[in-house]
Amino acid sequence: MAYDEVLSRFDPVLGLEVHVELNTNTKMFCGCRNEFGGEPNTQVCPTCLGLPGSLPVLNAVAVESAMRIGLALNCEIAEWCRFARKNYFYPDMPKNFQTSQYDEPIAFDGYLDLELDDGEIVRVGIERAHMEEDTGKSLHVGGATGRIHGAEHSLLDYNRAGVPLIEIVTKTIEGTGARAPEVARAYVTALRDLLRALGVSDVRMDQGSLRCDANVSLKPLGRKEFGTRTETKNVNSLRSVERAVRYEMTRQGAVLAGGGEIVQETRHFQEADGSTSAGRRKETSEDYRYFPEPDLVPIAPSREWVEKLRGTLPEMPWERRKRIQADWSLSDAEFRDLVNAGAVELVASTVDAGASSAEARSWWVSYLTQQANNREVELAELPITPAQVARVISLVAEGKLTNKLARSVVDGVLAGEGEPDEVVDKRGLAVVSDDGALTAAVDEALAANPDIAEKIRGGKVAAAGKIVGDVMKATKGQADAKRVRELVIERCTV
Amino acid sequence: MTDLTRLTAAELAEKIRTKETSAVEVTQSHLDRINQVDSAVHAFLHIDTEGALGAARAVDDGIASGQPPASPLAGVPLALKDVLTTKGVPTTCGSKMLEGWVPPYDATVTARLRAAGVVILGKTNMDEFAMGSSTENSAYGPSRNPWDTDRIPGGSGGGSSTALAAFEAPLAIGTDTGGSIRQPGAVTGTVGVKPTYGGVSRYGLVAFSSSLDQAGPCARTVLDAALLHEVIGGHDPLDSTSIDAPVPPVVAAAREGASGDLTGVKIGVVTEFSGDGYQPGVLRSFEAAVETLRGMGAAIVEVSCPNFTYALPAYYLINPSECSSNLARFDAMRYGLRVDDDGTRSAEEVMAATREAGFGAEVKRRIMLGTYALSAGYYDAFYGQAQKVRTLITRDFDAAFGKVDVLVSPTTPTTAFKIGERVDDPMAMYLADLCTIPANLSGTPALSVPSGLSDEDGLPVGLQVMAPALQDQRMYRVAAAFEASQDGLVIDRVGELEVA
Ligand SMILES: [Zn+2]
Repeated sequence: MAYDEVLSRFDPVLGLEVHVELNTNTKMFCGCRNEFGGEPNTQVCPTCLGLPGSLPVLNAVAVESAMRIGLALNCEIAEWCRFARKNYFYPDMPKNFQTSQYDEPIAFDGYLDLELDDGEIVRVGIERAHMEEDTGKSLHVGGATGRIHGAEHSLLDYNRAGVPLIEIVTKTIEGTGARAPEVARAYVTALRDLLRALGVSDVRMDQGSLRCDANVSLKPLGRKEFGTRTETKNVNSLRSVERAVRYEMTRQGAVLAGGGEIVQETRHFQEADGSTSAGRRKETSEDYRYFPEPDLVPIAPSREWVEKLRGTLPEMPWERRKRIQADWSLSDAEFRDLVNAGAVELVASTVDAGASSAEARSWWVSYLTQQANNREVELAELPITPAQVARVISLVAEGKLTNKLARSVVDGVLAGEGEPDEVVDKRGLAVVSDDGALTAAVDEALAANPDIAEKIRGGKVAAAGKIVGDVMKATKGQADAKRVRELVIERCTV
Repeated sequence: MTDLTRLTAAELAEKIRTKETSAVEVTQSHLDRINQVDSAVHAFLHIDTEGALGAARAVDDGIASGQPPASPLAGVPLALKDVLTTKGVPTTCGSKMLEGWVPPYDATVTARLRAAGVVILGKTNMDEFAMGSSTENSAYGPSRNPWDTDRIPGGSGGGSSTALAAFEAPLAIGTDTGGSIRQPGAVTGTVGVKPTYGGVSRYGLVAFSSSLDQAGPCARTVLDAALLHEVIGGHDPLDSTSIDAPVPPVVAAAREGASGDLTGVKIGVVTEFSGDGYQPGVLRSFEAAVETLRGMGAAIVEVSCPNFTYALPAYYLINPSECSSNLARFDAMRYGLRVDDDGTRSAEEVMAATREAGFGAEVKRRIMLGTYALSAGYYDAFYGQAQKVRTLITRDFDAAFGKVDVLVSPTTPTTAFKIGERVDDPMAMYLADLCTIPANLSGTPALSVPSGLSDEDGLPVGLQVMAPALQDQRMYRVAAAFEASQDGLVIDRVGELEVA
């Protein structure tokens, strides 16, 4: 069913659940390192392995991070809350219950304002942000899909078990119509930027430190009751969030239009073709037998603590943007281009590393954006850092590189050849600025063109262009043309 | 020379300190005693001969080199309930599920015992995962009461009480979720103490019902229990529910009580704990004990705690609920038993088969009860309601302790029953904990001290003394005074065991 046709008959209703892994030094309830990518089962202890007799001890830094996230999302911070046990069996859950929060979340009832591509502001309500622990990871070997069904055996890695997680749940998002997929993407983007500004998480969707589940349902236009929803999991890039919502809207629209019924289920997003496939059915809601965690004491953050944390909140991304736009003297349209290119933070960091905002902006929105498009990656995913871009800009300003050579240096950095200075060396790209060598080349060109030399000596400075061109050719473009010109005139007036 | 196994822990520690004997000699004499009699009573699941002698040697070496003793109990042997983890020594919790499991870490209680120079002889028998009042639910067979080996030694910590009553160890550690220290103490004529909840760390105590479980000391005298209490008690950062306060001065209280003077102490008799279901001989022993306390100068008043009547049903909702969640981890994936893993079955099937094979009937009963009580639609009526009762019981205690310093009652409604008598009647089994459960629900301390022998069957009866939270020393004082008033220790009247 065509997307427009879906929208002519239905209103999309969204709910987004985002799991964020905190970047605390240690895990939620034990002293094990919280680090991505270690050898399997090396960051474990009796507590995060759930060994008999072990007990949890709450990580105070994780609680602070949770409260700061809540405050940044304009939430209320609970005066008193508890952890609960969410009981279900799964091999990657060491205790076969997850220590989580249930009806007493640490933060609740907030909102996040997002700016869409055309500048429209959408306010998304935040239902709650609560703390929980991550599970281990299962690797299913054999079988086609990498899922447990059909697997020959499974390998378990508990390094991730007990890593602190914050689950952020939106209120129902309605009335966004055709823009629902864009809103979903903008929400996760805004949340990612916010969490990055707070410094509480690596927010790497590719490594799973930011994970999004998208609940989508359709209701016929003009009706009040919501339709049956599906929950799409494994959505692990910003682009995928948009694609997944769009796909589900189209798929559900076709099912409903054909007189069918939506099955309440989880669905898996397929990165390859942007589709979703059926997972676990959920028509009877899972009974997790929640009850208050008796091994932990309640958390009752004092209002002084909350206010102290409010004081530590950094400049919010949207405030920062306003300030940056003014600092850089950009029009709304210019700035929006920068935002849409995903370049604001990159340019800002490049400026922080010493470049002028005009130069930094020029590099990121033109040459580097072009390279990102060629590689089909986000701008931020290019293997070059703002500091490296700033270094290239400074080499040009110092006259050590021409713009053309600078692009070649950037290519070298993108190709993994090292820092800009190393690329200059390796590729032999330095502007020839040794006056001795240049003077010799200038003299040679003058000697080869005695008539032109004569004209210059006679005061016709414009004739120098031909000599400059010859010198540039002879030095394979590595000479600084401005300096060559100066030398030509200098040699003819001596 | 004196039989070392008949001495108290305080006496043994003194003889070791003064080099009248050595820790190795004391340990060896207890190991010998275990070798002689344990086949008749089955107190131990695991005997750690080498570890015990090694620990004893270390104490003797320290004394020989002139170091001050690590604690007032240095060199004294102890029997450790098999529900506390011991690094390098098997820990089964009386279950097939953990047969052969060797923990990679020590419980805080274990670590404190080791640091104090206490010699751990081995691990004692218990009802599976501490569920029961007789040790008949142990997967490794019941322990037998040294007063009559056809009778139960109490439970769940029946192995620990048996080890004390059979003179296999002068000290033991138990854990008390609904009476598992006090009831075994009462039926074997020994002393058992459940400290204030949070007074002794639960880290490394394999959880049964987290909000009720409390480790505590078991001994043959009140003073020995107090000495052990001070070794294992105190704040532990590894247990979030551990109380960050000094250990109550229980040793000083026990010594003060031994003077036999209770002038100025107000004692409340709980009126709810008598009547139907109570063995007349138990009640007579209790009444005599109350008169003795009055004789030592205590003021005796009757106190009603009306909500105690609901303690048992509330307990049997909260405890199975927490149990169903705590025992979920036994799934064959990481440690312990695994059955039917023949390469054709899914993880789920192996989990189910292992739990079917590894858990006994009582454990399964509680898991099912708890799973039901926590289910959507039943939670409020069962778990939620039970928590309200818990609050009411705590209020009853608060009101009572507004009027009196301690409360007393019989520890158990009856003396030790026969092995097999109640195994098919869970309700009858649960009634054994009728008087002990309220203190678990409120988190307040309680102990059992022998009050004598029941006149109709000649078996030991326990006097329960209950105190407000963090006032553990009060009950030690009263118990020590009562003990001092008696003509010798009740346990010294136990007959010699017949060993086949
Ligand atoms: Zn850990």
